[in-house]
Amino acid sequence: MNSVEIQDIVKTFGSFVAVDHVSLAVAKGEIFGFLGPNGAGKSTTIRVLCGLLTPTSGRASVNGFDVARQPEEIRRTIGYMSQKFSLYDDLTVEENIDFFTGIYGVPREKRAERKRYVLEMANLTERRNALTRTLSGGWKQRLALGCAILHDPPVLFLDEPTSGVDPLARGAFWALIHDLSETGHTIFVSTHYMDEAEYCHRLALMYRGKVIALGTPAELKAGLTAHSLLNLDSSDPLDTMRALEGLAGVLDVAVFGGGLHVTVDDVDATSARVRQRLAAQGIKVRKLEQIEPSMEDVFVALIEAEERKAA
Amino acid sequence: MSYRRVRAICVKELHHITRDSRSLAMALAVPVLMLLLFGFALSLDVDRIPTMIYDQSQTAESRALVRQFQGSRFFEIREMVSDYASIERNIDRSRILMGVAIPLDYAKKLAAGREAQVQILLDGSDSNTASIALGYAESLVRSYSLELRTAALNHRAGERLAPPVDARLRVWYNSSLESKNYVVPGLIAVILQIIAALLTSLTIAREWEMGTMEQILSTPLRPAEMVLGKMFAYFAVGLTDATIAVLVGVFVFEVPFRGSLPLLAVSTCVFLFGALFWGIFISAATRTQVAAYQLGILSSFLPAFLLSGFIYSIENMPWVIQAITHIIPARYVVTILKGIFLKGVGLSVLWPELGFLALFALIVFLLATRKLNQKLG
Ligand SMILES: Nc1ncnc2c1ncn2[C@@H]1O[C@H](COP(=O)(O)OP(=O)(O)OP(=O)(O)O)[C@@H](O)[C@H]1O
Ligand SMILES: [Mg+2]
Repeated sequence: MNSVEIQDIVKTFGSFVAVDHVSLAVAKGEIFGFLGPNGAGKSTTIRVLCGLLTPTSGRASVNGFDVARQPEEIRRTIGYMSQKFSLYDDLTVEENIDFFTGIYGVPREKRAERKRYVLEMANLTERRNALTRTLSGGWKQRLALGCAILHDPPVLFLDEPTSGVDPLARGAFWALIHDLSETGHTIFVSTHYMDEAEYCHRLALMYRGKVIALGTPAELKAGLTAHSLLNLDSSDPLDTMRALEGLAGVLDVAVFGGGLHVTVDDVDATSARVRQRLAAQGIKVRKLEQIEPSMEDVFVALIEAEERKAA
Repeated sequence: MSYRRVRAICVKELHHITRDSRSLAMALAVPVLMLLLFGFALSLDVDRIPTMIYDQSQTAESRALVRQFQGSRFFEIREMVSDYASIERNIDRSRILMGVAIPLDYAKKLAAGREAQVQILLDGSDSNTASIALGYAESLVRSYSLELRTAALNHRAGERLAPPVDARLRVWYNSSLESKNYVVPGLIAVILQIIAALLTSLTIAREWEMGTMEQILSTPLRPAEMVLGKMFAYFAVGLTDATIAVLVGVFVFEVPFRGSLPLLAVSTCVFLFGALFWGIFISAATRTQVAAYQLGILSSFLPAFLLSGFIYSIENMPWVIQAITHIIPARYVVTILKGIFLKGVGLSVLWPELGFLALFALIVFLLATRKLNQKLG
């Protein structure tokens, strides 16, 4: 049985379509990544799945319960971390844990054990009496995750759990997510960070309310292998972009970090033409080499393809 | 309904309350300050009413009447004048509140055993004070003239008859005519109403603004449990306020307490339930703290102050407004508190008021729960 099933979900706000006919399924124990730029509709989809928003049309089920008709059952069997940090700042770590233990109705005999587990998992045992306000971003996020799993829910919805957290803390957070997945928990996680996409078993890319790509990280990269990718480091990236416009064999040029990623159909022939064109314009090429496409390249390419289709 | 979830909410809310010591101090100090301030300011005791007398009669009888005015603690005779214009001028300038004009034929009418009328001119801009002053003056004049007429009749009959009517003024329930006795119980009710709404009006709006509401809505917690849990936490504060207010009323203002303490406790609790639920309802409906706060003050302060009959008597209002006062809980608490404090009446008299308060609490509780039931959008 799939933990999450979405069939043709639509959610509109007035005339604005935030989620546009989305369908997907997430298997039990899977870490399912939900990617997309701002306003793509990730949070809206997650809220529908948590029973916080009623879908305009379509059907969705979580743990076999229908989101529109059985929200009570869903709430008992999910953990949710909303995008905005949502623990009580003026309560201590322990008071927050006790509060969620109470409203999730964790049975009396399990309470002490769950609390110990969460404190250890979040590495907060020593700071259990600290006011939550005084914790740094990474600790707060781990505490929020801990509070969302006190009742040991089979499915977890995490909405950008690592935004604004330093890279080291992000790594620690993803280690926790992997542990949870290994113990059979299904994790539905949205993120802005492309490097985090690599940690997911499967991914969906959302763009303007639609899912425009769905698959494992390897599958998505393979979809791009009809073309090759060159990393170009030149003295002036902007002039370079202009210079390469319309050059035969160059399919796409995208800014990437301080340099450029150039999508080409034939590596050797096009590389030669690129060097020639740039030399003619007096632009110095510091580095030009073929690279493996990263997740970000994949998504940039997919979104550009989508935009070309719309235009 | 799960007792554990209600308790979790209540405990959490108590943590918020005790951790924010400044707000807590305010919540406990403000009612006392309001009670002291308004209690002294609103004491409507009308005495030493500045008065001028125009005695046209200039007889022994009229001078005796003037002495009656001079002897009363309710009036202070500023000046004896010899025309109406002086009285009017001084009323216009607010230097006096009342003018008394004794007619030319005052003594003659009295001697004839007829009703002798005295003209009273009042500054009506403060209608409450004016009507109280008028009441004092009327009773003074009437009882005095009655005395004289009786004497005159006796004189003619050549023997002493008992006066036909004893028109001595007797005020029930508030025998010393001290308005603080009347004002303070009502004031306690009004203050509790305002404080209760203010205490709770922020509580749900804050959760919406902080984003914690979204988190809570994703848990098995039911709206009714949230409303109840929050109410009980603030109930602790409200009940403390009520206790302090009653103690200040009895020991600082020395308002007599004639009724049953258990009945007072029960009525106060039922009333607090309703008032606290009202704040929660507003908070759930507005979703922002600023709006909730303003609406909370407006919707509790104005009706409680104006329509509860605590200062402005309901019988003098237009019938539309009178009809509206029937749905104002403060009206019933004011009746209950005055009844318990001043008249010592019990449940057998006050049950309709208490019943209304219970009904109000129940309805607002259901409204608040329904408002919370609505989803994110
Ligand atoms: N309650 C609402 N009313 C009206 N519009 C809304 C509402 N909630 C979301 N939207 C709109 O729907 C669109 C999708 O929002 P959503 O929050 O799902 O995006 P997202 O992918 O989570 O973006 P982000 O990465 O910024 O969190 C946005 O344009 C947003 O303005
Ligand atoms: Mg979002």
